[in-house]
Amino acid sequence: MDEVFLAVILLVDATIRVATPLVLAAFAALYGERAGVVDIGLEGKMLAGAFFAAAVASSTGNPWLGLLAAVAASVALSLVHGFACITHNGNQVVSGMAINILVAGLAPTLAYAWFHQGGQTPLLPASARLPQIHLPGVEALSPIPIVGPIYREIFDDANVLIWLTVLVVVATQWVLTRTRFGLRLRAVGESPAAVDTAGISVTKLRYQAVIITGVLTGVAGAYLSTAHGAGFVRDMTAGKGYLALAALIFGKWRPWPTLFACLLFAFTDAVQVRLQGVPLPVVGVIPVQFIQMLPYVLTVLLLAGFVGKAVAPKASGIPYVKER
Amino acid sequence: MPDTPTTAPTPPALETRGVNKWFGANHANRDVSLAVPKGTIHGVIGENGAGKSTIMSIVYGYLPADSGAILVDGRPVAVKSPRDALAAGVGMVHQHFMLVDPFTVLENVLLGAEGGVTLAAGMERARAELVRLARDYGLEVDLDRPVGELPVGAQQRVEILKALYRGADILILDEPTGVLTPQETDHLFRILRALREQGKTIVIITHKLREIMELTDNVTVMRRGEVVANVRTAETSKEQLAELMVGRKVLLRVEKAPARPGPVVLEVSGLTVRDGSGVERVKGVGFSVRAGEIVGIAGVSGNGQSELLEALAGMRPVAGGSVRLRGEELADRPGLFNAKALRGLRVGHVPEDRQKVGLITSFEARENAILGHHDDQAYNGRVLMDRAAVLSRCEAEMEAYDVRPRDARLRAANFSGGNQQKIVLAREIERNPDLLLVGQPTRGVDIGAIEFIHKRLVRLRDEGKAILLVSVELDEIVSLSDRILVMFDGRLMGEVAPQDADERRMGLMMAGVEAAT
Repeated sequence: MDEVFLAVILLVDATIRVATPLVLAAFAALYGERAGVVDIGLEGKMLAGAFFAAAVASSTGNPWLGLLAAVAASVALSLVHGFACITHNGNQVVSGMAINILVAGLAPTLAYAWFHQGGQTPLLPASARLPQIHLPGVEALSPIPIVGPIYREIFDDANVLIWLTVLVVVATQWVLTRTRFGLRLRAVGESPAAVDTAGISVTKLRYQAVIITGVLTGVAGAYLSTAHGAGFVRDMTAGKGYLALAALIFGKWRPWPTLFACLLFAFTDAVQVRLQGVPLPVVGVIPVQFIQMLPYVLTVLLLAGFVGKAVAPKASGIPYVKER
Repeated sequence: MPDTPTTAPTPPALETRGVNKWFGANHANRDVSLAVPKGTIHGVIGENGAGKSTIMSIVYGYLPADSGAILVDGRPVAVKSPRDALAAGVGMVHQHFMLVDPFTVLENVLLGAEGGVTLAAGMERARAELVRLARDYGLEVDLDRPVGELPVGAQQRVEILKALYRGADILILDEPTGVLTPQETDHLFRILRALREQGKTIVIITHKLREIMELTDNVTVMRRGEVVANVRTAETSKEQLAELMVGRKVLLRVEKAPARPGPVVLEVSGLTVRDGSGVERVKGVGFSVRAGEIVGIAGVSGNGQSELLEALAGMRPVAGGSVRLRGEELADRPGLFNAKALRGLRVGHVPEDRQKVGLITSFEARENAILGHHDDQAYNGRVLMDRAAVLSRCEAEMEAYDVRPRDARLRAANFSGGNQQKIVLAREIERNPDLLLVGQPTRGVDIGAIEFIHKRLVRLRDEGKAILLVSVELDEIVSLSDRILVMFDGRLMGEVAPQDADERRMGLMMAGVEAAT
């Protein structure tokens, strides 16, 4: 019994760790899309964040500088996206894809040039990785059944970015519904003309939104390479940017459902890892490739059938051009 | 004529001096100077493209002027964005409402005037203020309903509330009555008069002469970007204003002889049509159209007329009922009841939305002139299209319908609304249909072209053709139709003869209150 319970707790713990970058990326996209800017370039920005975080952390030994570099790189790419899509009314999907392709090639190339390790960054020592937060009272609580193990395995020694992510989720909900910025952000994604005629700059609002997108994807990237992992590996985002977009749609562009969708995807991923090579009743051992497909199959199924009609912000993906 | 501003005892509430605006090579506003005295209702009237919306967009800071000055209460103001206009006390209700549909009324009013980084305090203040405004001016709306769920009349009141909440003393309304029923229009006019009594200044942009005569104190008439006259409403007439707008004498009434109806061409009974999301929009409608008569379907936009017309044109499947063309049943014969086959059966269709349905705006005029008939022998060689035949067909039609500019190679998007409509009409009418289905034939069309289109439709009727006319313009329905059917919520409320169609009665029928006796 205890063993099953512990396994469940460990699964939850793994889910949270896998979900963190997804949640950050999905919430990044939420800010953008609620403001009317679709960002299919999450993947590229996360990858850039992962690379620069690892590269700077590896050269300076300071993970915080790495985090800063990740955010800066990701915001810079966001501004490129904004310049193309907001200032020049470009196609948002094309711009986003361009960023993905650019970073997919550039990051390993730079890694190769700077570190000579076949497109990777050197393995980071623990001191160059973002720290975990040790909570007090673990020893004291440990003997208590249920609460003890939960506290020890899930809450204690969680990475600092996991706590930050929790904060982001709560703050986003609050910002969107209770603040002036949130009201304007939601309005500009639905009806930019209404925002414009209310005397508010559509351009400025949308730039603010893509900068937030940049910051959050940068953090997500840093999490991958300097918190969850210990260095940059080519293509280490592995489609998480797209998965985050799917979660956003599944969550109907709302914070709590989006969080739920991310956790669901992360859960299947965590299960997937544990199922590899494990013989199942009736079917036996399923080839690894099929098991690894699980989160993606789930994505397709959910988006195709179970979401119901997802109504995107009306002006999402559409450049704002004044009518005369 | 309003006095020159320098000699006026109190400066005008709003004044423009020598405003110029270019859109590329198009001189949209040419030295526009007008003055609106405080506490009056001022009409700005002109055809489409006369520059009346442009000048007001400039005043509101939505568009930048190339030169000229704007004065509020005699003081020049630099209006670079709507924010500056709002700060100067100028509010605007746009023709297409500037509302965020999923937001509540309260949130819409708050947008841009939140009164703090967080919303809570501002919301309470706004709620109290809006209750007061609603009471003072008859602007009742449910503050907590999403705006998208409200009827258009209420949405318009939200727009007025938005402006008033921001402290507007000058309120500009751009074509405010286009989407309203006669009753809603009356309600709006009552609100505007109440606002005037409280000392507010109102500018109303319209092309409807009746509203100008009914509501305004002074009128500015614009033509081709210029102000051609400033007159007191009491000292002018509809006829004079129409002549000023167009630059020549215009016949406002459609002259036509009594109809001589022939055999039934179209007979519809129990017709049911569903829209894209499966909602029943036409609920068991029955009527007939004879050769040599125009049957008009009146109603407020969105009561199923569009779906009815689309179904009869073969663009939308019929969910039930019978449609007989010259006695032949079509409803259960998809092979005949589609847009292409109907063309072969001599049914013409002028769709409601000429830009999305009637034309391919990125195609040239000559290509548009044969849309739907592009498979005809006349335009095709064995492999390639006969472009010369297409061109000459289009040029002949342009000549006959006085389409300007007379350039068959110009893309349809570059013609004005009236000329686009003429291209569509020519294509449909010149194929000599037995039945013509017409939707909103003069929406967004200038007054000169309206006159032409109306005459052409009457001539077609006199040639013994059947015409089914759907329009939200009550005046148009009444003046063109030989019989009027009123549609509300997918049902026909009844039939009215045009001579019995007074506005009150029609209005009640259009609002679903009263059926014809």
